[in-house]
Amino acid sequence: MSIDRREFLKIAGASAIFALGGMAIVNDIVKDNLEASQFSPEPGALTARKWAMVIDMQKFKTEDDYKKVINVCNSIHNIPDFGNPKDEIKWIWTDTFEHTFPGQQQEFMPESLERMPFVMLCNHCDNPPCVRVCPTKATFKRKDGIVMQDMHRCIGCRFCMAACPYGSRSFNWRDPRPFIKKENPEYPTRTKGVVEKCTFCVERLAKGLMPACVEASNGAMIFGDLTDPNSEVRKALSSNYSIRRKPELGTGPNIYYIIGGADNA
Amino acid sequence: MYDGGKILFGILIFLAFVTFPFYNDIGKANVKPEPKIDTPEIQKLPQKKCVEPKAFMKAEHMKLLNEWRDSAVRDGNRVYVASDGKRYIISLQNTCMRCHSNKKEFCDKCHNYAEVNPYCWDCHIAPKEAKIAPKEAKNEY
Repeated sequence: MSIDRREFLKIAGASAIFALGGMAIVNDIVKDNLEASQFSPEPGALTARKWAMVIDMQKFKTEDDYKKVINVCNSIHNIPDFGNPKDEIKWIWTDTFEHTFPGQQQEFMPESLERMPFVMLCNHCDNPPCVRVCPTKATFKRKDGIVMQDMHRCIGCRFCMAACPYGSRSFNWRDPRPFIKKENPEYPTRTKGVVEKCTFCVERLAKGLMPACVEASNGAMIFGDLTDPNSEVRKALSSNYSIRRKPELGTGPNIYYIIGGADNA
Repeated sequence: MYDGGKILFGILIFLAFVTFPFYNDIGKANVKPEPKIDTPEIQKLPQKKCVEPKAFMKAEHMKLLNEWRDSAVRDGNRVYVASDGKRYIISLQNTCMRCHSNKKEFCDKCHNYAEVNPYCWDCHIAPKEAKIAPKEAKNEY
């Protein structure tokens, strides 16, 4: 049987229409029970186009000032204390100037600055290398700039830890549950075999609250929308000289440090 | 047939063994799991109703929980609008388990019966109840 071009086009057209129609019918039948419109953000949630933080190191004076911000984070997020640095889980922690800003230390810098502990946390980068390498998209960047970690998807490959130039990520080598001093029943723990890090307190932002460390810092840590010229962070950045950790790597870190003037100079 | 008697005897013993589970259970009722909902929080409710109708929850709660998870974690949408228009905060620990504070009598009843082991509780904190059996407390891989 031979077929001419006209016949062929007719059959091809008819079967295309038939197939598309069939798809529509199938889609109609196999509809999900839940529609996306059934979900909405919380009404009082804090929103931004790009969250950022300014840490004013001049306002960290005593050891207590550091402890306050670190402990509040550890306790509300059920962060375990294994008592050894190898297994350590850290969301917010401190280190020396040299380790915080490598390459920027000077031989003859103020001693106070050299010895001072600097507060560090996830930089929620504009161009996060951890997100790029994650094979399961467990870590992803939200529309408001927060780099989130979906524990349900994390397979514990630790690529993100290798990619992060700030050491912001920690791996659960052991079951953390027995090492949590006092569990916060409103927040989950993690399990053995997942990577975790600071989330800018998304669960608090959703309720309209500032991140816990910001709230506990007594104004030493400022949080806000970097794209809003009237935000607290923008005001702090426009009136002070600030530096970021390893900006030369091109990750676009969103934690800014005010190192200080008179006291430290 | 050589040794017919022995062979038949052997077959009989074999059949007796193979069918043991069947005649052993004759007359015994198959105990259906009945998850309990008599928690203080639920007793307080004027109308004992979950976020969606019971039949839907029974059949689809795992799908609903997955949708909740994706919505809250990935999209940041933490409010669920139920089919009756009521709004709920999406949270396993703070919404589901606030009412169903009896995990052992509610979740575990059916899950153990059906031999399914959802890994929710590896991370999510179950409500405080009488001591969890050591077998469940360990979350081994």
